[in-house]
Amino acid sequence: MALAKDYASVMGRSNDIMKKALGLDYATYESGSVAFDYDSLMADTGYTLEEINKIQSKTAVGNTPLIELRNLTALSRKYAKPGYGARIFAKDEAANASGSFKARRAACAVAHAKKLGYKGVIAATSGNYGAAVASQAAMQGLKCIVVQECFDSNGVGQPEIVEKARACEAYGAEVIQLTVGPELFYTFLSVLEDTGYFNASLYSPFGIAGIETLGYEIAMQCRELLGKDPEMVVCTNAGGGMMTGTARGLIKAGATNTQLVAASIDLTGLHMASDAQFNKKSCTTGHTGFGVPYATDPDHSDVPRSAARPLRYMDRYVTVTQGEVMYMTEALANLEGLERGPAGNTALAAAFSLAQDLPEDAVIVISETEYTGAGKHVQPQLSFARENGIDIHFGDPATEDKPGVNVILPMTPGHIKYKEADINRFRASLIKKAIKAHCPDVTKLTQADLEFLAVEVKRDVDFVKEVIATL
Amino acid sequence: MAKKGDWVRIHATVLKAEERTAKLPEDTQKCDLEMWTKGFLQDETAEIGDMVTVETAVGRLEKGELIEVNPYWSHSYGTFVPELVQIDKQLREALFGGEE
Repeated sequence: MALAKDYASVMGRSNDIMKKALGLDYATYESGSVAFDYDSLMADTGYTLEEINKIQSKTAVGNTPLIELRNLTALSRKYAKPGYGARIFAKDEAANASGSFKARRAACAVAHAKKLGYKGVIAATSGNYGAAVASQAAMQGLKCIVVQECFDSNGVGQPEIVEKARACEAYGAEVIQLTVGPELFYTFLSVLEDTGYFNASLYSPFGIAGIETLGYEIAMQCRELLGKDPEMVVCTNAGGGMMTGTARGLIKAGATNTQLVAASIDLTGLHMASDAQFNKKSCTTGHTGFGVPYATDPDHSDVPRSAARPLRYMDRYVTVTQGEVMYMTEALANLEGLERGPAGNTALAAAFSLAQDLPEDAVIVISETEYTGAGKHVQPQLSFARENGIDIHFGDPATEDKPGVNVILPMTPGHIKYKEADINRFRASLIKKAIKAHCPDVTKLTQADLEFLAVEVKRDVDFVKEVIATL
Repeated sequence: MAKKGDWVRIHATVLKAEERTAKLPEDTQKCDLEMWTKGFLQDETAEIGDMVTVETAVGRLEKGELIEVNPYWSHSYGTFVPELVQIDKQLREALFGGEE
């Protein structure tokens, strides 16, 4: 008998569909309360760093160059007090097959799908991950479907996302494109159910384990080149995978004194599920619209428990503006001769300013660059913004920036200034959401729950108790 | 007119506005959830606007309204943004200007 494919029926079968599509039963890691066994979930993926390295070295992924951005460092120092201005390095992840660090996640997810005997893989993503999965599927001989949110109700596509669809098709994938809305998940589940393909989720343990090599390489390359670990690593933050995987890799390399900074473009005030505001964004990823909700509620993703848990690892969370990122992207091309996509440069804009707080002998690494192309480039993204009524002018981003209304290009490089976000507020938010979802009666919280939550937010049990006292 | 085997783009409505029960902002609530995909036309012949079936790149059969035959990408590098050449000039002056 054919299964009912209406919205309620498909969503109702979500758990079963997921279990089949991941070859993994998350229930085995649950405690029945707030806590779940994250370490076992990650360990049971069965992939050590060496094994991942083996998979990635066969699939044109990893061992990307670490490039010192000497001119940007020199420029940054002009705005720092004497003796300050850390050396800025970029991990050139655009050198991966498919042009972004997402290839690291995809290589492992696709290899795992192949090992388990799936005929194809599906990913729900409007980002670089689609091209990464499509490229890896092509390489490893599996079929691939990418489901993306791409158009507003007038059928106008975000140029940055349209380009990613083109790339997916170039790698032989089918691209299912949708208008704005979270019911993308319904289409995704329905196609998963019909095809029996593997859910190559961005948030599976296989995907996150794939990023660990990035953090590991950063530590090893810094030691070889500079004789020390970097003082700071800045990660562009959206779904939290980059921060999680990079941090885990750094820790596995023994680089435990490196400060980990998450950076997102501030899109405060824009609703991510709004049809009218969809094309008012001048960037489609690396922004707070993903970064904050995924950090504070990692499990609202497309798997029961996300392996990307960035608040476990980050020490600071800073924001920059769309105009600052566009400006830095132009600077990377003009002063360093590296033409790369804007989204990956969120961390670079933050690093340019963060470097000025650190002495000249300190080292900052930004963990990625991404490929650029038609649509996914400063020029089309700014001209698209202008067509959509966005006011673009030179000014002071710190005082004038209004996401969805304007893009303020810094009037001088000295006007690129990160803003420190209140990370403790995000930590408190995670604790509150986790309790609300899994154990609303706080009197029933166990010691294991308290300890779990402390690790979830990189603080101690007393911090967790203080937050609970405010409930 | 399109014929069987042509590569075409189709459009379908996944959920009508009134069927959307997810938590949505008001503006999105008023819109249908729409879908586009591409594939080889399965019908013998079809005109733009006809309901057709396609076989997609992975071999899936999908139904929808025929909207484009031989679809191609038209996204680009956009139109001239005068600020960009100003940034380039400013950056070079800021880094190299005033130095012998």
